[in-house]
Amino acid sequence: MTDKKAGGDVRLTGISKTYGSFTAVHPLDLTVPEGSFFALLGASGCGKTTTLRMIAGLEDPTTGSVFLGDKDVTDLPPYKRPVNTVFQSYALFPHLTIYENVAFGLRRRGIRSVKKQVDDMLELVQLGDKAKHKPHQLSGGQQQRVAVARALINHPQVLLLDEPLGALDLKLRRQMQLELKRIQTEVGITFVHVTHDQEEAMTMADTVAVMNGGRVEQLGAPSELYENPQTTFVANFLGTSNLIEAEVAEAAGGQVVVTAAGAKLRLPAARCATQPRTGGKLLVGVRPEKISLAHADDAGDIADGRNRFTGKIADSSFIGVSTQFVIDSPVCPELEVYVQNIERDPRLVPGAEVVLHWNPEHTFGLDAAQDIDAGVETVEETA
Amino acid sequence: MLRLTTTWIRRNLVVIAGLLTLAYLVLPNIIVMVFSFNKPAGRFNYSWREFSTDAWQDPCGVADMCDSLSLSLWIALWATIGATLLGSMIAFALVRYRFRARGAINSLIFLPMAMPEVVMAASLLTLFLNLGAELGPTTILIAHTMFCLSFVVVAVKARVMSMDPRLEEAAKDLYAGPVQTFLRVTLPIAAPGIAAGAMLAFALSFDDFIITNFNSGNTVTFPMFVWGSAQRGTPVQINVIGTAMFALAVIVVVAGQIISGRRRKSALPK
Amino acid sequence: MTVTEAPPASPAPAAPEPVLRKQPVRRKLVPYWLLLPGILWLLVFFALPMVYQASTSVQTGSLEKGFQVTWHFQTYWDALSEYYPQFLRSLLYAGTATILCLLLGYPLAYLIAFKAGRWRNLLLVLVIAPFFTSFLIRTLAWKTILADGGPVVDVLNTVGFLDVTGWLGMTEGNRVLATPLAVVTGLTYNFLPFMILPLYTSLERIDPRLHEAAGDLYARPSTVFRRVTFPLSMPGVVSGTLLTFIPASGDYVNAELLGSTDTRMVGNVIQSQFLRVLDYPTAAALSFILMAVVLIMVTVYIRRAGTEDLV
Repeated sequence: MTDKKAGGDVRLTGISKTYGSFTAVHPLDLTVPEGSFFALLGASGCGKTTTLRMIAGLEDPTTGSVFLGDKDVTDLPPYKRPVNTVFQSYALFPHLTIYENVAFGLRRRGIRSVKKQVDDMLELVQLGDKAKHKPHQLSGGQQQRVAVARALINHPQVLLLDEPLGALDLKLRRQMQLELKRIQTEVGITFVHVTHDQEEAMTMADTVAVMNGGRVEQLGAPSELYENPQTTFVANFLGTSNLIEAEVAEAAGGQVVVTAAGAKLRLPAARCATQPRTGGKLLVGVRPEKISLAHADDAGDIADGRNRFTGKIADSSFIGVSTQFVIDSPVCPELEVYVQNIERDPRLVPGAEVVLHWNPEHTFGLDAAQDIDAGVETVEETA
Repeated sequence: MLRLTTTWIRRNLVVIAGLLTLAYLVLPNIIVMVFSFNKPAGRFNYSWREFSTDAWQDPCGVADMCDSLSLSLWIALWATIGATLLGSMIAFALVRYRFRARGAINSLIFLPMAMPEVVMAASLLTLFLNLGAELGPTTILIAHTMFCLSFVVVAVKARVMSMDPRLEEAAKDLYAGPVQTFLRVTLPIAAPGIAAGAMLAFALSFDDFIITNFNSGNTVTFPMFVWGSAQRGTPVQINVIGTAMFALAVIVVVAGQIISGRRRKSALPK
Repeated sequence: MTVTEAPPASPAPAAPEPVLRKQPVRRKLVPYWLLLPGILWLLVFFALPMVYQASTSVQTGSLEKGFQVTWHFQTYWDALSEYYPQFLRSLLYAGTATILCLLLGYPLAYLIAFKAGRWRNLLLVLVIAPFFTSFLIRTLAWKTILADGGPVVDVLNTVGFLDVTGWLGMTEGNRVLATPLAVVTGLTYNFLPFMILPLYTSLERIDPRLHEAAGDLYARPSTVFRRVTFPLSMPGVVSGTLLTFIPASGDYVNAELLGSTDTRMVGNVIQSQFLRVLDYPTAAALSFILMAVVLIMVTVYIRRAGTEDLV
């Protein structure tokens, strides 16, 4: 378990899982490079936890194989895989002390002298003084660290984390995100992390796979996913996107021109997820923080060559670092615009006529033949 | 003043009613205890005559009583072991696995608890009569194991159901094979449920009269002895045994409370 | 980046066709092995006896010549017409005892659950502890308590309680022992813990803040009880009444020890037919009818109370 051979990638080939007629995970190929921090991101029921459990061996795949390096481990039971898991709500053994919880894996593998290793590991997670306590005497954050220590002490090839921070409050979660990232850098083990929190995934992971309905929608570095979403689901699930239904007027020379309710917008052809055809439909997207607002009286001051159209402020909320506006426009209802609070224009109040403008380079295009609201968090989902 | 009293009574009505019920529950035990120091005039120990510790000094002084007591303890012990083993296995299967005919199996477990004891007793007797089985300790043991089983299933099932299945997964994830997982994680966590089931089974078996009455033949368990003595004459020693068991139980429970209370206190984080 | 992804539209990866993995058969058999011994035990010593009892009930013959199955259903009719008073008495006594258990047990369960504070464990022990003295010994103690001319009977007589019960047909004259009242008292006493414990369990689960919330929403204490506490304790009420009524309806110990020949219940009849008269068909038929009546009543009751998960 402790030897680290070269080529310790996690490879899933054609792996899928069905329960009766319900398909939890569609056939999927995925390679997690050795030493990376990889996140599976998606709403509940998207198949991310099932995928993780198939890597751990807790779930038998319906089709496909799991490789660790060159070794096919598909038929190995969980207790024979060099993989350990940090469970959702931790699953610490309530009848054992913290010390025995951490020592559990070593003892099962027949290692006699565990004291030094356990003490070191408890020091690493800063819980040396809690060795004799029972799990229920620890706070949520401490339990979480025990769960990490209990898994890491076995030097697994891969550490699987199933919503490890879900039970913690916001402040502690931020702290633990940094802590986990630090530990990962320190020990250099491959981490596969399942989460529904897009901010958490982007903060911690090198690579994020966005899952939806049992499929991987898109995969890449966090900034890549954010700047170049390939589907409406990714565009809406990671942060917020303004998606405008538009008609392609012209597509030539690396630049696409579209029209929406009379407004003419431009975007780079390279940033279109689909091949735009003249006369066809296209969903044009722009992130709220890329848009600038100008009061209608100052419309003349806007530089040439920028995408622009007019609208009316429907609502504004001040949240400290920025002000978030909701703009009604014939081009698109309920556009979101975030304006940094550097110099606040007192005329920008609900009811004011404004011009929205942004750099065409910051525009992306998506296939119009998909649900424009896919991945938008509804109240029920967040509750 | 009167109004104050009535208000006080009305405020504490629940407490007063509850304590009266408690008195109703405990009164016979007190009578049993008091009459264990009686020196009755005739064969029956129903009315008070004079104080005496004779019976306490010679608890086994009545013919066959202590034999019946030890027989009851043996039967209760083996019935408890059998019912706890079989019942725990069923409880684990019900909670942890999927299988066919779950509804039928649930009914089969529920029915013995929803059946007047005399019906089970009578039907079991027809079985033994038809099979020509000789009635005795074996038939009693079979019967006791049968009716204790369902109660064990309920007690263990409740505990296993409240147990997070992820704990077993975590054990497997940490290199424990199926046997190790069961011994090191499942069993210790389910132990309170199993212990509760076993204690219930022991109490039910030890105190059972109706089913034993039908299926014992000439064998005399302790309840059978008491039943017989109600007709022939009640020796004071019966009260001695009853009082001793009551006192023993209270001592065990109170000691358990104190120990677990101390442990909880010492385990508190500093 | 070496990461790839199956095209979302295609059902399987391009290269090898997916092979369905079969679960090992051995693992699927585990639950059946776990169930087998216990279920077998229940089938042979609980279900099979029911079959034998059914068959016995339609046999005719005598102990000397042996019994044969003759499908003699007349036995049922004969048994019912001869012993219907004992049947009705059983249901009446058991029903009365159940209602008394509920009325007596609820305040105590409520007291332990909400008002006992640090006395809670002690009170629970006092409820359970009587179990450890053989119930026959405790039932015999009632002979002393209810003895003719004893202090209890004197008090009941003085306050006029015995006049009321006499008018109800529960007692006769100045006696309690050997009357229906004595039998019902014994039944109530014997099965009271079976009422209190389920009541306590379901009351204890109720969040005390619900009482405060109801009070906050303008409910008087009596309304809080009627609208919040009692409905939430229904599971305990249902299982408590069942655990009291079912054993009480088949009991013959209390009627035998505390009653007289006029208070015999159906359990007494079954017992004497089986163990003294040795008229097995009649005894089996009576036992079968008792089982049917109880099962029907329990089923109807559970349906109406709306709690089906008692196990």
